[in-house]
Amino acid sequence: MLAVVTVAIVRQRSLFGVVILTSIYSFLMASVFIALDAMDVAMTEASVGAGVSTVLLLATLHLVKTTELRDVRVNLMPLFVSLGIGGLLVWGTLVLPPFGTPDAVIHKHVAPRYLSESIKETGVPNVVTSILADYRGFDTLGETTVIFTAGIGVMLLLRRSRRRKDDGDAEAPK
Amino acid sequence: MNYDLVLRVGTKLILPFILLFALYVQFHGDYGPGGGFQAGVITAAMVILLAVTCGLELAQRIAPWGLVQCMVPLGVLIYICTGVMGLLLGNNFLDYSPLAHDPVHGHELGIFLVEAGVLITVAGTMVALFYAFVERGR
Repeated sequence: MLAVVTVAIVRQRSLFGVVILTSIYSFLMASVFIALDAMDVAMTEASVGAGVSTVLLLATLHLVKTTELRDVRVNLMPLFVSLGIGGLLVWGTLVLPPFGTPDAVIHKHVAPRYLSESIKETGVPNVVTSILADYRGFDTLGETTVIFTAGIGVMLLLRRSRRRKDDGDAEAPK
Repeated sequence: MNYDLVLRVGTKLILPFILLFALYVQFHGDYGPGGGFQAGVITAAMVILLAVTCGLELAQRIAPWGLVQCMVPLGVLIYICTGVMGLLLGNNFLDYSPLAHDPVHGHELGIFLVEAGVLITVAGTMVALFYAFVERGR
């Protein structure tokens, strides 16, 4: 289903349709995360990917034209690049231990300590929360700063050009 | 502008429940899935839904531009202040142990404060982005 939606996104010429299909893709991705028992990630994907980003993309479409221009030349370079990188990634997964193996390297490093000690050390039963906000607090601070920076950047860009337009409108009648 | 009556009434009916769900996700994040990021997005979605169905004016009466703009840096400040508090009380940056009488409660409090900071920043940023795009389009 993910593959079908992806092909549909590529084939679709109307950007409105692309936005809706991207939202569907995010919901499918959220279901995949639920199937993998990653409830926190699934919630984030459903609310951010399918909800807010769809609304923001629609708001952007409100500003620009809604049909994609047809590309005149057929460009094969991107196809080769994406196929090559995809092939490399699949080749890289071949040496990973099978999915769900309990003695994989990633489960032997800090994961057991987090699972056994985090309730005692932080008093918070949800391990994901305690890792995000406590053990990896510095990373989350970085994430919050990224969101902050992005928001400030977009606000500055959109607001300043609006003020210029207002100046233009004010000068026009003279 | 005229907005659809069914949508307007329906939105106003479910609005408090969306906010309640956001707060549940925020404060229950310690026990189940959820946390500041998700709760912030749900809060922002509430404001955006109101703006889409009932008009920007009503949404901006609930969440005015100034408040939204203040929320964006305020959340980061809360986060950093929580970290610096640990620093001032004699531990490392972002070490929550000295925030309360015993380290476990300190960590609980620290996580709570940090999540609140994330909630405020995320909700503020999402609503600010939406306002910026919509006002540009008018």
